[in-house]
Amino acid sequence: MKSIQQFFLTVIVLACTLTSSLLNAAEVTRGAMLANSCAACHGTDGKSPGSIPAIYGKPASYLAKALMDFRDGKRPSTVMGRHAKAYSDEEIKLIADFFTR
Amino acid sequence: MNKLTRRDFIKFSGSLGAYSACAGLVSSLSACASKEKKLARVVIIGGGFGGASCAKYLHRFAPDVDITLIERDKQYITCPFSNMVLGGIRDMASITHGYNKLASSYAINIMHDAVTAIDPVAKTVTTAGSGSVQYDRLVVSPGIGFRWDQIEGYDATISQRVAHAWKAGPQTALLRKQLMAMDDGGTVIVAPPANPFRCPPGPYERVSMMAHYLTHNKPKSKILILDAKDKFSKQPLFMQGWDALYPGMIEWVKGTAGGIVSGIDVKTNELVNELGDRFKGDVINLIPPQKAGVLAHIAGLVDKTGWCPVNQRTFESKIHQHVHVIGDACIAGKMPKSGFAANSQGKVCAAAIAASLGGYDMPDPSYVNTCYSLVAPDYGISVAAVYKVSNETIVKVEGSGGVSPKDADAIFRQQEAVYGAGWYDSITSDMFT
Repeated sequence: MKSIQQFFLTVIVLACTLTSSLLNAAEVTRGAMLANSCAACHGTDGKSPGSIPAIYGKPASYLAKALMDFRDGKRPSTVMGRHAKAYSDEEIKLIADFFTR
Repeated sequence: MNKLTRRDFIKFSGSLGAYSACAGLVSSLSACASKEKKLARVVIIGGGFGGASCAKYLHRFAPDVDITLIERDKQYITCPFSNMVLGGIRDMASITHGYNKLASSYAINIMHDAVTAIDPVAKTVTTAGSGSVQYDRLVVSPGIGFRWDQIEGYDATISQRVAHAWKAGPQTALLRKQLMAMDDGGTVIVAPPANPFRCPPGPYERVSMMAHYLTHNKPKSKILILDAKDKFSKQPLFMQGWDALYPGMIEWVKGTAGGIVSGIDVKTNELVNELGDRFKGDVINLIPPQKAGVLAHIAGLVDKTGWCPVNQRTFESKIHQHVHVIGDACIAGKMPKSGFAANSQGKVCAAAIAASLGGYDMPDPSYVNTCYSLVAPDYGISVAAVYKVSNETIVKVEGSGGVSPKDADAIFRQQEAVYGAGWYDSITSDMFT
């Protein structure tokens, strides 16, 4: 009898412990990690409140091409060329997908 | 598990112990439910570029975490763009921000209180007004402190008369007032410190903004820079701008040429260098050498350099487990001590904490810094870089970053001035709204 009681308590304690180690949130992705850096100039989620172009909701293909063109010197810029040179094609696609959401 | 049958359960429930077992069950379940609502508590100390950004992004990454932001002041006045207040092209209100939206939009508990102690073993933070607060993870973003002992005759009290203005607010207002009261033909001395210090291009943007004000109001005046260093951030770009816009007004004395200030004589308004030479100023802006903010020292988070060693991937202290240090106070590899860098570190730290509490591996960190400086209201320059972790240290991503081109035309400089203001609007909204 006592063992059954203990068993129940163990189940409850275990359930609580398991729940407390798992947040009800999606994992932070590599795309979010890369793209959140952009927010300092382009605003949170790319919603710029000022003179820097907003990038929120722009098509991923447009953003990816713009970043690759900045990187490869095909599109003139003040600072974007210097930033874009840091990213591979794959990283650029992750960033572009993040702002398209 | 398979030993438990329905009959066993009925027998168990009907037993004498049923009542107490059920009561225990109910209280355990309610404890479980309340735990589900708020799964972990993260306390963040310091509501500047690092702390405010970390709080907001942690809520975005893990909405169920109970986040408390402890900040002494009700309003935050940014160091970035405080030079524009000195130059008379911005007012203080335009660089002043509040915490209401962090509370209302991101469910962050804002405590305006002063932290008096941190106990990393008991995992508690003690404040002057509210006793102690328990944490699962602590983030400390205390900014800078000053090494007053490095300048003979200078201390916090004297700085009420001879401003450092390296923390924005009353110090900025004091220096602005002195600049406005100075007669035409006067000499302003600006004395920047040795590395590392907050905002490497800051003193030179300040000189630019002072020169802009003086050129238009007191054109016979001079600015003397007594620099502890032999070179400084964006130096060729600043000097090119000064020659073009403020010819003959600014003199720079480098460290090895007698620029290292070691004392001040307040009675005669003179700065004294290491060689004993004296320099008289009508307005003196003495920026002392720096270390991590006082709270980092109280909490025992600093090493012998006076700054805080951290795991540069997670910003967890190398001294105290479950305590993270971000922003100017931490040792962050190749990243400069800037508001932008602190914002970037705040986000990476938030991701590291969300991953740790969520029981998964954080993605490889990526960090960015961009520092815009105004040489004149319509003349901006910048330095930028993207960073990653390599061999446990933050390094620049090869091939990225750099400074504005030296041969750029007036339109380019104007665009960078406009984008500098856009950066300010974006980063402050990224922190506070």
